[in-house]
Amino acid sequence: MENSSSIHNNLQNNLPNDPQNNPQSDLPVGMEHPHPHGRRAWALKGLRDGIPICMGYFAVSFALGIEARNVGLTAFQSFLMSTGMVASAGEFAALLLIASQAGVFEMVSTCLIVNLRYFLMSCSLSQKLSSKTHLIHRFGTAYCITDEIFGLSSAVPGYLQPFYTYAITIVSVAGWSGGTVLGVLVGNILPQAAVNALSVSLYGMFLAIIIPPAKENPFIGGLVAVSMAVSWLFGVLPLTSGISSGFKVIILTLLLAGAAAAIKPVPDFENDPEYLESEDPDL
Amino acid sequence: MTYNIYFSLLIMCGTVYLIRLLPLLFLRKPITNKFIRSFLHYVPYVTLAVMTFPAIVTATDNLWSGAAALIVGLIVAWVNGDLFVVAVSCCVTVFLCGLIL
Repeated sequence: MENSSSIHNNLQNNLPNDPQNNPQSDLPVGMEHPHPHGRRAWALKGLRDGIPICMGYFAVSFALGIEARNVGLTAFQSFLMSTGMVASAGEFAALLLIASQAGVFEMVSTCLIVNLRYFLMSCSLSQKLSSKTHLIHRFGTAYCITDEIFGLSSAVPGYLQPFYTYAITIVSVAGWSGGTVLGVLVGNILPQAAVNALSVSLYGMFLAIIIPPAKENPFIGGLVAVSMAVSWLFGVLPLTSGISSGFKVIILTLLLAGAAAAIKPVPDFENDPEYLESEDPDL
Repeated sequence: MTYNIYFSLLIMCGTVYLIRLLPLLFLRKPITNKFIRSFLHYVPYVTLAVMTFPAIVTATDNLWSGAAALIVGLIVAWVNGDLFVVAVSCCVTVFLCGLIL
């Protein structure tokens, strides 16, 4: 993302820059290495950034666990489901399929449709990985593509360091799977006020990802505002209100990101200073 | 044949993983087409914006607390922008609203 200034600033505050070791310190102010070096620093940042996701996931997966118990899954089975799938709407759909004892074809086709947006996200994230990144990291980051982890990973300036994504995922999946298992085991022990409060954590995080670039770049700001407005309209208009939220995301992403690309194409990737300066995560 | 939950889970987990893996595996070189590259660049903004609104307002059991969380989240993200701070501000807002409403 070209304008993830908040993340730049945070990193500048948290991790001191070392101008001596900076091969491009003759870059203009603000352009010199605004992000951590190496996998260790990125992994540490990932562990921290994973905390809000973990909290949000916990609340959502707790409800999922209660649902799993109703369908008749054991704690272990629901743990396998959550750890293996890491998808909210996808897992609710999976529970429905299990409850109705659906056949293989029905399972595969429903999973495809409900989780199709991950396909788009994976396409987008493929451009954040340097072509020098080892193949194994493509298998690794594929597991990590959820709405939230994708959001964070694509907000990184320049190429993505896979260990950042892995660290976020470890923290997040702990909350996700733990919440599911607890939901199965103890059901409604968490007070409603706490569930309510936790349920907005993920949305707060989304705002933290999209608002700072929107503040810096008026075009992205407009795109975000239009996206929100159309998303609201989509849910209100009689013709479109019946469409599931998963499909809504896909349709609007294709339409609006497509329109944005037609109106204002981004500058050349190869000449983007953000990519030029970002260290190649040669792993 | 008895219905096997483990088999179903395996099929579905495998499908979801493949959806995530295939683009990463096959798009290994930078895309040169300017339109597609721009499209993929804008994807996260649109996706996250669409998922956030109006869902944040209806996420809690009270529309007002959800709306308050949205407004606080927007302001804090604008001023501070730190992920954790914004997420916690939204949670605290909803919790406080729950005490008042």
